[in-house]
Amino acid sequence: MIEATGLTKRYGATLAVDDLSFTVPPGQVTGFLGPNGAGKSTTMRMILGLDAPTAGSVTVNGRPYAEYRRPLHEVGALLDARAVHGGRSAYDHLLCLALSNGIGRARVDHVLAQVGLHTVAGKRSGGFSLGMAQRLGTAAALLGDPRVLMFDEPVNGLDPEGVLWIRSLVKSLAAEGRTVFLSSHLMSEMAITADRLVIIGNGRLIRETTVEDFLGSGSDNFVRVRSPRGDVLTTLLEEQGAVVVRQPDDTLSITGSSCDTVGELARANGLTLQELSAHQPTLEQRYMELTRDSVGYHTADGTELTPVER
Amino acid sequence: MDAVARPRISHGPLPSFTDVLRSELCKLRSVRSTYWTLVAAVVCNVGLAALGAIFVPGQLSGHEKETVDPIRLSLGGIHLSQVAFAVLGVLVISSEYSTGMIRTTLSAVPQRRRVLAAKAAVFTVTALVVGMLASFAAYFVFQAFLSDDSLRSSLGDPGVLRAVAGGGLFLTVLGLFGLGLGAIIGGSADAIAAVLGLLLVPPIVAQLMPSSWSDTIGPYLPMHAGSQIFALRHEAGMLGAWSGFAVFCAYAVVTLGAGFVLINRRDA
Repeated sequence: MIEATGLTKRYGATLAVDDLSFTVPPGQVTGFLGPNGAGKSTTMRMILGLDAPTAGSVTVNGRPYAEYRRPLHEVGALLDARAVHGGRSAYDHLLCLALSNGIGRARVDHVLAQVGLHTVAGKRSGGFSLGMAQRLGTAAALLGDPRVLMFDEPVNGLDPEGVLWIRSLVKSLAAEGRTVFLSSHLMSEMAITADRLVIIGNGRLIRETTVEDFLGSGSDNFVRVRSPRGDVLTTLLEEQGAVVVRQPDDTLSITGSSCDTVGELARANGLTLQELSAHQPTLEQRYMELTRDSVGYHTADGTELTPVER
Repeated sequence: MDAVARPRISHGPLPSFTDVLRSELCKLRSVRSTYWTLVAAVVCNVGLAALGAIFVPGQLSGHEKETVDPIRLSLGGIHLSQVAFAVLGVLVISSEYSTGMIRTTLSAVPQRRRVLAAKAAVFTVTALVVGMLASFAAYFVFQAFLSDDSLRSSLGDPGVLRAVAGGGLFLTVLGLFGLGLGAIIGGSADAIAAVLGLLLVPPIVAQLMPSSWSDTIGPYLPMHAGSQIFALRHEAGMLGAWSGFAVFCAYAVVTLGAGFVLINRRDA
């Protein structure tokens, strides 16, 4: 469980994180979503006690991170896969970390095998591909068998196999009852992996919700129907308060109702339906709608420029 | 893996400083830069001692043989090996800032001063062992290659043992000065430039000053104060062996102290 309360970080005149409060519960994958530069990495660094909040506080399993004496047993984090000394072998990198928290060599071998790096354990990590570096960072996060895991943009730069691997790992960690907090700017990835979402923009909380609710909550959800008796169905639906729009292709777009209701109504009145489907926007569309105003930088054609991540 | 029903061992009453020491020793011994800087230091010391023993005596006049400092001469390689020790001291901390490893380190050990203390302790022991080895090796090689008995000395002669051991002390404290600067500055390149700059530039600047100024501050410059500990004969106006060394230690203490203050204040 991670609990942030009024978390604020100011760099000079820039408010990187602004009065952010959220909870990351155990047993689920919580996605941390926001455009580049929204404050995701800064927030994660504050959770780990690396950056001091200007105001507010954040606890991990009820305590500030810095109070843990052997924190690798409590929290495992992968913030930046390239943040290792490239001259050190994968095994030595993990061993040095393990020693500082009283973790044995057997565990180092175990996590190396778990991430599939046991065959290159003696190689210097500077020569690793990004995918291998991500695996090494993941091994470090798993070292202490922690109850809380954090990953910052874990699928960035991974090949499809690596993406699949991270995805299934993250889900299995949550299924074991662990708290998993995962940042990304990739909606499609979040839609597949996450159960809950903490969405931020410009350092502020935009929405804390479940993926299901987030997708279902839009005003642009509609039911699409094709029927030879569209006019009758329209009347019946409008009597129930739904809004029906007849499309140029003779289908009906119905808002304020559901597939269940429409299907039941058609059956009760003996109307034939040739098509009945629910239309939900993708996570990406919902997200773009939500963050339209909070994205830091737009180009003239509306695509986003990437500010430099710290 | 049973993540939930598992005894928690993470907030025991006394975290072990030994664990952090072992971790830092692991870091120091698992990168090649440690070995090549230390090997380079020993090679420089021994090599220059041999060259000095073979070639210098023939070039000295009778009067010069009376006044030259034979220990300083045998330890002439320190002028090169000091660079290696300063760089290694800097790298002990700043290689972590340069690579980003520091964030992993401080996530594993949030008690940051413990990390810095462990780094300083591990470096001190390593540098003392290698520094003494380099210094005594240079001394004995110099004696072995001497072609002329006028510069010969024995460890039993007054001040000789202190001066030879002083070479190891100088290199160790210089490395700690580098470590302190590394902790203050962060990035490797900047910190290496700073430690070498502070060591090598002030003596040159002092020579350009009016002599009344340079006579006053000269003895207290890091290089001048620190090098007295491995000198048998002290130039006029310079500090004594131990008082000079004390001043040199003060530089290291001040930078390390600033490092201890800053490491807790700074975002990693």
